[in-house]
Amino acid sequence: MRNLIAFPLLGLVVIFQSSIISQMRLLAGFADLPLVLLAAWALQDQVDSAWHWGVVTALLVSFISATNPVVAVLGYLFVVFFAQILQRRVWHAPLIAMFSVVFLGTLWMHSLSFVFLRLSGTTLSMGDAAGLVTLPSLLLNILLAVPIYAFMRDLAYWVYPVEE
Amino acid sequence: MNSRSLQTTIIFLVIGGILVLAFSGALGSASRGFTSVLVDVQTWVSAQFLGFQDFFTAPRDSVTLRNRNAELEAQVSQLQAQVIELQQRVNETEILAALVDFSRSNPENTYKAASVIGRDPSPFLHYIIINRGSNDGIRRGMPVVTNQGLVGRIDAVIADAARVQLVTDPASSINVYLQNADTSAVLYGALTGDISLDLISQNATVESGDLILTSGLGGGYPADLIIGQVVTAQSLEFELFQQATVQPAVDFSRLEIVLVITNFRPVDIAPLEPVVTPAP
Repeated sequence: MRNLIAFPLLGLVVIFQSSIISQMRLLAGFADLPLVLLAAWALQDQVDSAWHWGVVTALLVSFISATNPVVAVLGYLFVVFFAQILQRRVWHAPLIAMFSVVFLGTLWMHSLSFVFLRLSGTTLSMGDAAGLVTLPSLLLNILLAVPIYAFMRDLAYWVYPVEE
Repeated sequence: MNSRSLQTTIIFLVIGGILVLAFSGALGSASRGFTSVLVDVQTWVSAQFLGFQDFFTAPRDSVTLRNRNAELEAQVSQLQAQVIELQQRVNETEILAALVDFSRSNPENTYKAASVIGRDPSPFLHYIIINRGSNDGIRRGMPVVTNQGLVGRIDAVIADAARVQLVTDPASSINVYLQNADTSAVLYGALTGDISLDLISQNATVESGDLILTSGLGGGYPADLIIGQVVTAQSLEFELFQQATVQPAVDFSRLEIVLVITNFRPVDIAPLEPVVTPAP
């Protein structure tokens, strides 16, 4: 039942992303708070609802953003998928797993956005996209990774209390 | 009355008389000396008393002062918050006043003011979200402006909000007219938030500072909305067209309140465009 916290929390995060984070630009990029949050959630050992959270995040972002819904769905579900693979393999080094998921998740999300925009006929320079959008966004996402991981670990203990 | 008490009474009367004379100044210099000594003594005693009073009452006063200080600090913080709030209101009022002036100077259009409440969560897209939707008569395709110039157009609408595609969006292209050069061109957005002109005829003389307005061609925007000014023009002999960089009139990073032109309906010219059929 405590898993229902996903709806208000993710709703708040998407609002936060749209109203505040999107204005805190580094060059032309900014952090992707829903992505980092989802990665941190999916990396928690006891969490079994990461896919649900991924779908909710994708739906909320698709609702608010002009981006193709396929980008949001594929992007966020890949983050969950990749986090779950890494969580089993590098479970003893959660922060390395977190950095890896955020790094690869951001690259994947931006590649998808780039490809879909190009397919829809928008003229984009790959150099601009990589240098002015993706690299600054990567840096900001990685900066956010540690505090958000700590927050989500506490939240996971609250949602899945350890029985003694 | 016995002789002893009579003696005492006389002594008091004499001394009292002398004192009255001394205080009234009738005894001359002796009187002045006496009163000055008295005043000095009184001053000294008073100063000592005040010192003692301060010493004994100081602890109580410092508590009072601390409380008063805390009260005043709280009041200062409250007033600072009030000042910030009032400054925000002044800013809002200034923006609204400018927008009202703009709408009065363009009476051919009807406007609906809206606040900017968010931006697109993707850094690849340049969209804003406003707090007016279909309940307020907002429809897809309506142009959005500020008193400075064109902002973009409505891309999607829900009941109480709408999404606006900015002219800086990489997917945005607008038919424009260069006033001084008297020629048409197409304005494109870019990933970086810059805007640029393309498809300018090589015969046109484009100069820095040329004003860029919407041309109205294509039916997507009304004519004569200000977009910006030419910064630099680039003309290469081997290119079919000239290009130019543009300084937008609107500061897109500080959009707070915008106006939606509600009496403009975009024209869909797609059915009129020639259909290319493959050769048999």
